Parts: sequence; C-alpha cells; structure tokens
Amino acid sequence: MEIFDYAPAPESRSIVTIRPSYGLFIDGEFTEARSDEPIVTVNPADEEPLAEVAAASDADVDRAFAAARRAFERVWSPLPGAERGKYLFRIARIIQERARELAVLESLDNGKPIKETRDVDLPLVAAHFFYHAGWADKLAHAGLGPAPRPLGVAAQVIPWNFPLLMLAWKVAPALATGNTVVLKPAETTPLTALAFAEICQEAELPPGVVNIVTGAGGTGRAVVAHPDADKVAFTGSTGVGKEIARAVAGTAKRLTLELGGKGANIVYDDAAIDQAVEGIVSGIFFNQGHVCCAGSRLLVQESIAEELLARLRARIERLRLGDPLDKNTDIGAINSAAQLARIRDLAAAGEAEGASGWSPACPIPERGYWFPPTVFTGVTQAHRIAREEIFGPVLSVLTFRTPEEAVAKANNTPYGLSAGVWTEKGSRMLWTASRLRAGVVWSNTFNVFDPASPFGGYKESGYGREGGRHGLEAYLG
Amino acid sequence: MADRTASAPARVAVRRTYKLYLGGAFPRSESGRSYPVTSSRGVHLANAALASRKDVRDAVVAARKAFPGWSGRSAHNRGQILYRIAEMMEGRRAQFAGEVAAAQGVSEARAQGVVSAAIDRWVYYAGWADRLGQVLGAANPVSGPYLNHSQPEPTGVAGVLAPDGSPLLGLVAVLAPVITAGNTAVLVASERAPLPAVTLAEALATSDLPGGVVNVLTGRLGELAPPLAGHADVNALDLAGAGGLAAELEELAAGTLKRVVRPGRHDDWSAADPGVARIRPFVETKTVWHPMGV
Amino acid sequence: MPDTLPSGSLRACLHGLPGVDEVGVRRRAADLATRSIKTTAKRQAIDLAIRMVDLTTLEGADTPGKVRALAAKAMRPDPADPTAPPVAAVCVYPDMIPVAAPVLAGSGVGLASVATGFPAGRTSLEVKLADTRTAVAAGATEIDMVIDRGAFLAGDYRKVFDEIVAVKECCGPAHLKVILETGELVTYDNVRRASWLALHAGADFIKTSTGKVAPAATLPVTLIMLEAVRDYRAAGGRQAGVKPAGGIRTTKDAIRYLVLVKEVAGESWLDPARFRLGASTLLNDLLMQRTKLDTGHYAGPDYYTID
Repeated sequence: MEIFDYAPAPESRSIVTIRPSYGLFIDGEFTEARSDEPIVTVNPADEEPLAEVAAASDADVDRAFAAARRAFERVWSPLPGAERGKYLFRIARIIQERARELAVLESLDNGKPIKETRDVDLPLVAAHFFYHAGWADKLAHAGLGPAPRPLGVAAQVIPWNFPLLMLAWKVAPALATGNTVVLKPAETTPLTALAFAEICQEAELPPGVVNIVTGAGGTGRAVVAHPDADKVAFTGSTGVGKEIARAVAGTAKRLTLELGGKGANIVYDDAAIDQAVEGIVSGIFFNQGHVCCAGSRLLVQESIAEELLARLRARIERLRLGDPLDKNTDIGAINSAAQLARIRDLAAAGEAEGASGWSPACPIPERGYWFPPTVFTGVTQAHRIAREEIFGPVLSVLTFRTPEEAVAKANNTPYGLSAGVWTEKGSRMLWTASRLRAGVVWSNTFNVFDPASPFGGYKESGYGREGGRHGLEAYLG
Repeated sequence: MADRTASAPARVAVRRTYKLYLGGAFPRSESGRSYPVTSSRGVHLANAALASRKDVRDAVVAARKAFPGWSGRSAHNRGQILYRIAEMMEGRRAQFAGEVAAAQGVSEARAQGVVSAAIDRWVYYAGWADRLGQVLGAANPVSGPYLNHSQPEPTGVAGVLAPDGSPLLGLVAVLAPVITAGNTAVLVASERAPLPAVTLAEALATSDLPGGVVNVLTGRLGELAPPLAGHADVNALDLAGAGGLAAELEELAAGTLKRVVRPGRHDDWSAADPGVARIRPFVETKTVWHPMGV
Repeated sequence: MPDTLPSGSLRACLHGLPGVDEVGVRRRAADLATRSIKTTAKRQAIDLAIRMVDLTTLEGADTPGKVRALAAKAMRPDPADPTAPPVAAVCVYPDMIPVAAPVLAGSGVGLASVATGFPAGRTSLEVKLADTRTAVAAGATEIDMVIDRGAFLAGDYRKVFDEIVAVKECCGPAHLKVILETGELVTYDNVRRASWLALHAGADFIKTSTGKVAPAATLPVTLIMLEAVRDYRAAGGRQAGVKPAGGIRTTKDAIRYLVLVKEVAGESWLDPARFRLGASTLLNDLLMQRTKLDTGHYAGPDYYTID
C-alpha cells in the first residue's frame, strides 16, 4: 500500500437537476420539436443516459430562424449598444452564480474532469461574456469603421469538446455586435447549452435573440444551410468545415471556421525542461486531448530527447485517470464511443506503421469510454499519427536537429492552428515564433486562453478569429 | 490595283510581343498559343499569350518560391519597393494611357486620369506596408502574467482575378493590397483587355520587386481560374474578376479552405482611400503568448 | 567530484542546469494546490505531517522555560490523545541545546540547532565552525546552517561550497540541513543552483528559509528544491531531504506540501528522514484537525497547549 493515497473526493452532483427530457429553445420558450426521434445524451464516464433531447427538424430550424429574424429587426439591432451590453453583463453574472452547477453538468455530459470545468471552462465562459459586454457600446472604436453594422442572424454550430465555452465564444460576440443567434450544440453535449437557455430566460433576454436547436448532423446542416442566415460560424472538424464552405459558396453569407489542428510543440535543448514537460502534458492531455489546438506533435531536439522523454514518462505516471467528478482526476472520459473508436483506430495505425506506443500502468474503469494517456516515439512525418488529428490523449514524438528543421517540420502540415516553443533564449524564441505558420503560438506555455486573445487558424485550420478586438470582425459589416 | 510597296514607311516599327510574367521572366505560354486582343471598338491591338493550366501551375510554383523572401522583407522595404513601382509606372505613363484609352474606349485625358489614379494607388499602399502591424495588430490585455500580442502576417500565395472592366486601375486596386501585406500573387489579367497587365508586369520587372512576387497570366478566365481556385498550394483567392464563375470557384476554393474575397456588386476602384478592406482578407492574425517572470 | 573542480567548472556546472520558467513553476504549484485531500487520506496526511514537524522556536526572547515546554510538547503533542505521534525534531538556537538535550534524551525526537551565525550568516568561517562544533558537542543531532547569500549573489560559488564542506566536517554524526534563504536568492534559477551547490557540497537536507526573511517557504520554491533532490538522486547522488520552513501555519498548507512531495519527488520522500516542515503554530492546527476527523466535531484552540 502506498503512503498517503488520495481518497476519493467526488464533487456532489446534487447541485444539478437534469430534466428527463428537453425541448428546443425558440423565441424565448422551450418548445416541443416537430420530429419524433429524440436523441439521448449519456454520461461518457458510465454510459448511463442523462436525458432525452429533441432533434430539431427543418421546420423547427425554420421557426428558430423566424424568431431570430424578428428579434433582430424589432428588438435587438435597434437596442442601444449600452443596453445590449447590460444583458451580457447580466448573463455573465448569472453564469458566475451558477458556476458550480454548470461545471458539474458539463463534466457529467462531456466526461471532462471537474477540475477543468471548475477552474478553466466556467471562469473563461463568464469572462467571455464580461469581455464582450464591454464592447457592445464601443464598436465604433474597434477599427472596423465609424459605424459598423451587425450582419443579422448568425447560424452557429459548436463542438462537444468545450460545450459551454464554445457557446460563449459564439454567442457573446454575436450578441455584443447586435446580431441574433440560432445555435446548434453538439449531439453528445447539449445539456449546458440548454442550461444556458434557462440563463437567457433568467436574464430576461428578449425572446428570439438566442435560439438553441439541438440535434445531430442533419439539424446542423439545416442550420448552416438556412437561407435566412446572414452569417455562419462553425467550430469542428476540417472535413465538415469544407462541406460548409462549399455550401456557403456563391451566397452572401459570411463565414468563419475554427477547425482542426496538429499543433507542434517544439522543445529546444536549452528549454526550462520541467516546465516544458508540464507544457507537453497540458498540451496533449488537457481535456483528454479533445482540443483542436492540442500540442499533439512533440518536436524535441534530438540531443535532449532521451532525458526529456524520461521526465515526461515519469510525469505521465502521476496523471490520475477516472471519475470526472473526482476533484483529483486529471484525465476524464472520452466523450463518445465514436470518438473512442477513432482514437483506437489511429493508435493502432501508429503501432502498425512502426511507431512505438507507451502508456502508464493506469487502471481503466470498467464502464464508460476511456483511453489512457499514450506517447508514441519513433514517429516520422509520414506516419498517420503525425499527420492526422487524433483528438485524443495521444502524443506523437518526433525529433529535430536544427531550428530550421524544427520549423520546417512544424509547418509541414495542412493545418495551422497552434504551436508551442520552449527555449530560454529570447531571440531564438522570437525567431521561431515568427516562422511558425499558426494562429496561436505559445512560448514557454501551452493551452492558455483569454477572451481578449484572438484565436483561430492558418491554412486548413479555418479562417476568422474569435476573441479580442479581432473577433468582432466576424460579426460586423 | 495600288502599288503596296509605295506606302512602305521609311522605318518599320518594332512591335511588342505581349508575354506572360512568371518568376521574374517573360516567357510565352508553355502551350505555344496566343490570342488576338482588340480595342473596345474592335480594332486589333496585339496578340497576347494564351496561358494554359500548366502556366497556372508554374506561376503558383514561382509565387510560392518567392513567398519566404518577400514576406521576410521588412515592411519598410516592401513599402519602398511599392513606391518604386509607382515611379516606374510614371515613366511609362504614355504607354499605359494609350493602352487604357484603347481598352476602355475613353479619351486620352480620361485615360491619363486613370493612369494617375493607378500610380497613386501604389503610393497609397506603399504607405500601408509599414503601418499594417500597428493598425491590424494588438497588444491584448489577458488575465495573467503574459505578454500577449497579435500581429498580421501574409496568408501566402494569392490567386487574383483582375476585374474585367477596369484593366489597369482595377488591376492595381486588387493586386497592390495583396502584395503590400507580403503575399505573393498569381494574377489573371482581364481576358478582354490584358495589355495593361503585361505592361504593368514590365514596370514591376524594373522596380526592385523580386521575381515571382507577382506572376501575370493572360488568357481565358474559364481555362485559368478553375485550376487556380483548386490548387492546393494557393492560400487565398480574390474573385473580383470572376464574373459568372464566382460561385463555382468559391466551391473549388473550399477544397483547401482558401480565404476568398467575393466579387462585390458595385466594386468602386476609383476610391482613393480604400483603407485596409482589401488587405485584411489576405492576412492571418498570429497571436503569441510569452510568460513574464524572472 | 565537484569539490575537486576548479571554481570556473563549479560555475559552469551550476549555470548548466536547466533554467526555470517562473510562470510555469507557479502554475504547476498552483495546480497541485488544488488536490482535494479528504477522509482517510487527510487522516494519513495529518499524522505524517506531525511526524515531519521540526518544532521551532528561534526568538531572541527564548528562555530555558520556553524551550523545555516546547521539548515536552514535541514528545507528546496532544496531552489528551496519546495516539498523536511525536514530532521529528525540536529546532532551537545553539545556546538552548544544553537545555533541550536532557529533556529529549532517549525520546527519539531529534534536536536541531541553527548554526553558522544564523540567520544572516555574516560572520567569519572560524566563528561559524565554532558555532557548529559547540552545538554538536552540546547534543544537537541536526545542524541547520545558513549559506552565505552574499557570496552566492556575488557569484562566489566556491566560497559557499567550501563553507558547506567545512561545516559538514564539523557536524560529525549530526545531519546537516543547509538553509538557502530562498527569499534572498529571489529567482528560481538561483534556488535551483543553490540547491545543487548544497547537494554537491554534502547537504543531507536543503531547507528553504530561516523564517526571518519574507517570503519564507513557498510551494513553488519547495517544488524546485524537490526537483533538485529528485534529479540529484536520479543522477547517481544520494537521497537528500527537503525542509520548507516559515509561514506554514495550517493543516491545509501542510497537506499541500505533502502533495508536492508525493507528486514531484515521489513516495519515497514521504518520510521524516526525507522531508520536514519547519514550523511552530502549525502543530496545534494539525492536532485540531486530527481531533475533528476523529470525533466529527470542530475543535477549539483552548484544548491545545500554548508553549
């Protein structure tokens, strides 16, 4: 027996009340869907159903757009920016007041550790609304002309990896700039979006300003293809992003896409090695690696590769995988059976192609969707695990000899979302950062976020920015 | 029957051959084809190279090769070179004016005005080059001990379809902003009036602009634009001159998620202060986080 | 061996250590501080923490009476509960060693003396060595020396090194804890270098602070020192210990340090022979929390001795 084993420290789920079934949030009210087959959202940590959620039909989506158009024309766009801002401040405050409840709900529906929903997701969600609230009456100062105008109705489709945070990234700027919203949350993680609908009611947000239509891929297609959308904003896979770009071609719709990535985390031989190890760990194991900007490719200078990997393995052995609601859990559940299958498939491809996988001896719960933290060494640029986004806790390790080689390998991907650089030498840092073709470069840190910091990709990681002054452009004409 | 030899001039003029501009050189189309160009009144002016898909391919290779050097220049240096382009155009003013008058069917005075506006547009964008970082960049006040700043960076290789109705000013109005930001360009000239584009290429070639930064193709839009829009090594597309092909080209561009500028309904090329509206679509915002500690 | 290296090599050796990013190490420490230690784990941690306490009084106003009371408390911290374990050691000024030694004799509780011109260390090497010899001769089983921070900050690593070696020789069987006074070294790079310097010179323990300089012990500083002893051992050196001291007042604080020990250095450091907590008021809070866990009721300070 180990000295000083951590006892279970579960966060109570009694703070959350989940209804057996949810309708769609249209025009300020929860309404029944005009379709018959609801979707069931499950807790990925134990595969138990959490709730039935309506699957919006084309007719439901029509209703949502009609409500959003009405609200845009009659209420929201005529409203002075200062008043719009006050609604956003209200929402931010309610989110703070209900932060623990929302954190637990997010962990239940998504499988991510409570430590992250409590300390990362929810504070960022509230901060995002606060930040954009302040912009609502200052848009003339955003550098987009003296009188920027909202676009109209925004069609927004968000992913399952940061359900409420991605909602905030979409809804807060849209509302601050005077647009109204039809938002579709991910099929597997609709519950915090529905809780957000209640928050809109509690904030007395005018009906129709925010409409939330749940459903699967068909609902998403109906939302982005809707003729009454003036703007489409999507976060998700590059494959779906391309479909949307094709669907929007030839229309007047504005489009922003935040898509996949295969971020390179470059560690030079003079790096602060212990902090680099932390950065590698948070880069790939934060949120089970379900992060588009994950540092999924470790590029380590060959001269320190052995030492770094030894430290990295020792660190990974400390990671605690298990119950997402346990406050000491570092790695939660994989969000869905489908995602788990994809991770397994790519990990198997890594082995088959000759890379060598390693995972710590960590017990895996019997029920639920789990994948242990995994490190592949002996990876080359040609391996699938070096090129394809795995979106799971799987790190591919490659080595380099010179800074030029590091940059060339880092940029040798169709993606361009994020990158990391670890060196104690300032000029090498700036040299490297300036050559990386990525929208976010973390030097001596990784996976930090802020509502004031623009986020978005180069190349096939999408276009447009979310957050900061730059993010407003996506919603103003 | 008149005696034809009686009208022979004292000196036979040397005609210009209008070629492509690829990687700093002036080759003919690899296809060996050309096509006749006529004035707005239907008078034959010259033959222009009829570029092919393979010329598109070569142009993209040249533009990609030039990208690191051009984007790596200091903004100040890029501005100086853009100003030099204005100087070189000024020196060929008469030639440009003649071509504009013929192509657009306007008076000599009107054509001179168009040339002046085109030259002034280069001067305008010369001044943008070393202001972009300040106007489009930002220091972002994040919560935490980090220096966080955002800077615009060029998107890469841009395909530019020059507007058909304004073969010189419209061309400069779409090309200049693209290279101001450090992108390199594959330009498809106005199909109907390509001669000002070739003359501009000759001015570019003498203006310190590195070869390959701008590559000029003349020929059929329907033949050149689709391979350009579908090319995986092209990062952005200005569809100003796409006409009826715009939707199809945008769909092709979606295959590799190119940044696309759609043709405007009423693009006004004469606006002397277009701001950053045509620069912004061709820059990426890179945000860098640095911890601050001792 | 480093002590045979010329000064330049010692400098190169210390400056060749990997750098420390302040923001990163603070973030890691803050993250570990969120570990939630409940029920059985908390109970284990409290007893372990009590056994790791160096119960300390280092005041100009220390008297024999005060020191005797402290020594008694060290052996039996909770008069009402004999299952409460004794602390690791009592830590006093050298002149109080003769007072404490007879009280503690045979108890198993160590007797630590600060030495070498504590806390500033601004005295001659001869005096420092005499200070050490006197304390050991009077019965000190552990010596808490201070390094010459002035020499360290001036880059005279050889002087710091040689002093530690000399003091170690004077310690005889007594264990040597080397106080880095991290609050005066300021940067984490310095803390890492000073840790390795002390380890190379023969320290059995490296200790954060005298308690006379703010900031005293902090989680990130202790994290860096735990990494140093971990890496020193991994590099083939002996297994040295770490002692944060100063400012550790609550059970919550103490448990956070134990979490650091477990997750940074590893379980084999979770032992009073490898980790100590230099503290005075901490002990009563540990006892109160211990009672709370055992009885289910919150405890009151009047039920614990003030010594």
